[in-house]
Amino acid sequence: MAKMRGAQMVVEAMREEGVEVVFGYPGGAIMNVYDEIYKHRYFQHILTRHEQAAVHAADGYARATGKVGVAFVTSGPGFTNAVTGLATAYMDSIPLVVISGQVPLSMIGTDAFQEIDAVGISRPCTKHNYLVQSARELPRILAEAFYIARSGRPGPVHIDIPKDVTAEVAEFVYPKEVKLETYKPTIRGNVRQIKKAVEAIKSASRPIFYLGGGIIHSNSAHLVRELVDATQIPAVETLMARGTLPHDHPQLLGMVGMHGSYAANMAMSEADLLIALGPRFDDRVTGKLSEFAKYAKVIHIDIDPSSIGKLVPVNYPIVGDLKAVLQELLPLAKKEIDPDRYAKWREILKRYDELHPLQYKDSDEVLKPQWVIERVGQKLKGRARITTDVGQHQMWTAQFYPFTRPREFITSGGLGTMGFGFPAAIGVKRGVGDEVVVNFTGDGSILMNIQELITAVQYRLPVINIILNNSYLGMVRQWQTFFYDKRYAETDLSIQPDFVRVAEAFGGVGYRVKTKEEFDKALDDALSKGVVALIDVIVDRYENVLPMVPAGGTLYNMLLEYKD
Amino acid sequence: MGERRVISVIVLNEHGALTRITGLFAARGYNIESLTVAPIPGSSYSRLTIVTQGDSQVIEQIIKQLHKLIPVYKVIEHSELVEKEMVMAKIPLEERLADVEALCRAYNGNIVNIGKDTAIIMAADEPKRIRNFIEALKRFNPKEIVRSGVVAIER
Ligand SMILES: Cc1ncc(C[n+]2csc(CCOP(=O)(O)OP(=O)(O)O)c2C)c(N)n1
Ligand SMILES: [Mg+2]
Repeated sequence: MAKMRGAQMVVEAMREEGVEVVFGYPGGAIMNVYDEIYKHRYFQHILTRHEQAAVHAADGYARATGKVGVAFVTSGPGFTNAVTGLATAYMDSIPLVVISGQVPLSMIGTDAFQEIDAVGISRPCTKHNYLVQSARELPRILAEAFYIARSGRPGPVHIDIPKDVTAEVAEFVYPKEVKLETYKPTIRGNVRQIKKAVEAIKSASRPIFYLGGGIIHSNSAHLVRELVDATQIPAVETLMARGTLPHDHPQLLGMVGMHGSYAANMAMSEADLLIALGPRFDDRVTGKLSEFAKYAKVIHIDIDPSSIGKLVPVNYPIVGDLKAVLQELLPLAKKEIDPDRYAKWREILKRYDELHPLQYKDSDEVLKPQWVIERVGQKLKGRARITTDVGQHQMWTAQFYPFTRPREFITSGGLGTMGFGFPAAIGVKRGVGDEVVVNFTGDGSILMNIQELITAVQYRLPVINIILNNSYLGMVRQWQTFFYDKRYAETDLSIQPDFVRVAEAFGGVGYRVKTKEEFDKALDDALSKGVVALIDVIVDRYENVLPMVPAGGTLYNMLLEYKD
Repeated sequence: MGERRVISVIVLNEHGALTRITGLFAARGYNIESLTVAPIPGSSYSRLTIVTQGDSQVIEQIIKQLHKLIPVYKVIEHSELVEKEMVMAKIPLEERLADVEALCRAYNGNIVNIGKDTAIIMAADEPKRIRNFIEALKRFNPKEIVRSGVVAIER
């Protein structure tokens, strides 16, 4: 047994957990821990230039690799800056361990310098959190945090460590295994329920796979593909499930929801059976609940029982790890389900797709954002990771980029955090090594974490940022166009920085492009340069994301075009 | 609003466990009518008894959400419960204490303390009967009434 300071326990735990990179930012309350980082060098530390970016980078790293992302921040403002990152990860069920410094135990509750009730703030936006009371507890808490973050429905765990606890000496024995009396996620699904679900699929005539983010978290996309291929039942993907099926898969009807495809939304509306694999019936997917899939019975497989039946009544609930459940279900489905049964249904949906395919009108005068995304897809399909910020560019990327595999598309879905894309891309790049990482962003979003250019330069993480620049907070502008009689309150971003010079000032490369030729040249050049890039693409200011289901509307009532 | 339900929660005795539970009710807009909490003898757990309201879908969500909290060991929602609540009150000494005492007796109570100007009384009974008791007590001009909240145990 080794005796050591709490601060050293923190870095030893990272070693035990196989952590290769920590994103963070130091300050008074966490200096003891940073001192141990300096001494031990067990892992790389990446100094972002804002705590929010540190957490988003850890989050991007986790989404791309499937490992737990780790971030360190100091007390007070360091922690409060990190909160948006925690909330973003929480809403999308991303495994993180975020460690913050805290004022010494004896000063807690005295409104000390840089004291804030960090666990009070993080409680509603983490899977679990801890305020460490003594160094003796630290090994257990650190091991629990990693276990809780990655098991069950994953999520961020926050550990707040008072400064005197990091200085306190105690025994360090890292638990080999974590066992919690009060936390035991259900892994195996109930076999009888699984059989019943297969029976329901067998007797349905218009079934539809509703594919959700749980597929990505549980690493079960290959099983889902097998199931879809075996049954030939049509499928829709949520934003978080993009890449489960390759974009050109014959059964894939596209994305579902507010900006889903016509065929996907009609399929949900007319189906007689939803086979929901790890989605959470988000309001951006369902629209008005009373009209959502109203002819359908529902099979819902999810590891989180509280997700099942939360918003929509479920006929066949199956609690369990999606991968484990699919391993049980797949042989049954293959044996019992006759794909021909759904031929007519597939035919109907195909006609819907032909009637209103996902499309846009290209132009010779002005670049269309969708063209840019498709173009990047043509060049990089299958060999790049794609992140986005939040807004129109995010939805166009989800609609038009040719995704080929899980963890290829990384976006803030549940919280919709502008400023996520670039720092997340930095974390992704750190996780995937040689693969190209492209961040599709907006002229609004990129400015929310633009300081990370210097992080990307310092650590040689050459992310390519493509700014689809419409000189607007475009998504809000679109709502103002549709629902507020074009009263463009505070969405005009005509006053712009010179993004080329911004990139250069930080040591990256910048391009400003207005034509297809210029774009091709800039992208090729950026790819060859191997430094962080900003490609400022001037696009049509008034392009809208379509189709659109207005908030609270019904999925089958989509706006398919906008006429001025 | 839905019907009244009693939920018992067995939770680890640890820093912040209670806040997680009350925070969950507040954040998700669930109603708490009463809440009692005390350690379970000879264990590292406490038992909370929460009286709430909601239709069956809301109650189901409350239970699932409570389960999701890491330190929660067990959530018990039972229709077959024995419920008790205690109430204490201060009655001015001018009132007819013999009548007061008779009333208390009818509700498993008595006079527990006599002070300078007031008598302190208590009663312990089913929540519905405690409400009746408080109604009946009114004619003795109680100065202060303190209720314990409900505790319950499955049959
Ligand atoms: C942090 C944050 N603040 C505000 C919003 C609300 N919001 C959603 S989309 C959007 C506009 C984004 O503009 P831009 O980044 O230029 O993308 P575009 O829609 O133009 O493609 C805003 C303000 C948000 N999602 N996140
Ligand atoms: Mg914009």
